[in-house]
Amino acid sequence: MAEFFAMGGYGWYVWMSYGACAVVVVGEALSVRARRRRALEDARLAAVDAPSRGAGAMP
Amino acid sequence: MGARDSDDHDGGGTDAFAWALRRDLAIALRTRSELAVQLLFYAIVVTLFPLATTPERNLLSTMGPGVLWVAALLAALLSLPRMFALDQADGSLEQMALSPWPLPAIVSGKIAAHWLVTGLPVVLLSPIAALQYGLDGTAIAVLVAGLALGTPVLSLIGAIGAALTLGVRGGGSLLALLVLPLYVPVLIFGAGAVDAVRGGLAVDANLSLLGAGLIVAALGAPFAAAAAVRIALD
Amino acid sequence: MAINWYHYASPATFHPLAGRLAAAFAWLAAALTAAGLWIGFVVAPTDATQGEAYRIIFIHVPTAWMAMFIYLVMAFWSALALGFNTRLSAMMAQSLAPTGALMALLALWTGAFWGRPTWGTYWAWDARMTSTLILLFLYLGVIALRNAIDDPRRADKACAVLTLVGAVNVPIIYFSVRWWNTLHQGASVSLTSAPKMATIMLTGMLVMTFACWFWCIAVALWRVQAIILERERGAGWVAALPAVRET
Repeated sequence: MAEFFAMGGYGWYVWMSYGACAVVVVGEALSVRARRRRALEDARLAAVDAPSRGAGAMP
Repeated sequence: MGARDSDDHDGGGTDAFAWALRRDLAIALRTRSELAVQLLFYAIVVTLFPLATTPERNLLSTMGPGVLWVAALLAALLSLPRMFALDQADGSLEQMALSPWPLPAIVSGKIAAHWLVTGLPVVLLSPIAALQYGLDGTAIAVLVAGLALGTPVLSLIGAIGAALTLGVRGGGSLLALLVLPLYVPVLIFGAGAVDAVRGGLAVDANLSLLGAGLIVAALGAPFAAAAAVRIALD
Repeated sequence: MAINWYHYASPATFHPLAGRLAAAFAWLAAALTAAGLWIGFVVAPTDATQGEAYRIIFIHVPTAWMAMFIYLVMAFWSALALGFNTRLSAMMAQSLAPTGALMALLALWTGAFWGRPTWGTYWAWDARMTSTLILLFLYLGVIALRNAIDDPRRADKACAVLTLVGAVNVPIIYFSVRWWNTLHQGASVSLTSAPKMATIMLTGMLVMTFACWFWCIAVALWRVQAIILERERGAGWVAALPAVRET
């Protein structure tokens, strides 16, 4: 196992490459999910707002 | 604006080009001091490099072509935001877009004026700067030929960027980010031509590629810039 | 088989479809990644000249290909957006830009970590690395232009024009950088001597390329869902979504 992670002495290069890819994949997925949740939250606020604004008669 | 009786074969394209060229040149002549500032900027950038590196002649003549080209790029960039911004501010850009004249022709005239006012002076000043960098006669001739072919491309591509960033947040630095990567081929072929002649190689390939780039940019860029102007005015 | 494309070009109908497609592509990508990594790390033997360091190419080459490919796809959606004035294609282009930029960044990063043991330097002014760096700048330019314009419709069109101008320039940039690189060959390491690739290595690389491709599709579809929700905030169909109605 340790031999596998050592990568014949090239462990630093190999794992820095694959590690960065893993970080980017996870990071991008999380940021997109956060963006989607924010968008849903904003839509919820807009949906709550809109009917009340529509119902309120013009003074 | 201008003559409306332009029903010649190209839909008034030539008239529109000439009108926009004359108009922008007249405006540029009224604000001569700003032009002097741009030229001075070029001269100062060229002066800074030896101070930042070395006055050693061999190194300077190696770096020279690249430095002179990068300085020309930056000088062109500096003047780009003015290409459409003033006309947009006083509403004349909107009139141009609404006129019966083809907008790409008007934009071409403005680009030509921009080159005459900012590109040509750099081309004319460059032999003096090249002497400071210890370039010899043929190298200077190739540098000037390359700049004469390449600086119009800078104005043409720059016009697209200027129109896209019209009235946009952080316009100036955003313009640099958009336009500088697109300038890479011009820089490579232009500076490469001088490098080639200094290395005793043929320069015609570099210069013909620059010429081809100029033709492609002249045929395409005015349309893209005109489209970008319409988008900005919407 | 007649598919009504206009039906799916509406954000309201595309939103749920994008979610289902994204999930499918994400699962495919996960399975292919597992297979690709297994081939790359277990099946493929140690390279005779590069040792274990060559295993980086299983991730480097796919990301580099995707960085270029995504720009082409972005240009395609931008052309559709300008030509047919369809909102959804502009949103697709908007959604692809960050993914493309990240792929270019990963290509450069993994290239550096592959270059260090192979060429002895993290960064060489190699034609491919230099043009990938410029490609990254093009992506960042499109993203910056998008962020600088408040009106989404104007941003759509401006970014589409910029993307298309960039797409015309990408081959020219690539050609010019290669030209520059061959002229200065003495100054940099000779990188043209690519080692002959064994079939199993090629297989691993192709599997990883598909994994990378499907992942990009999945994440771009998820992002386009978010973009649709942001833009259609006030629309009735958004308010009727279960995720919006609850709480």
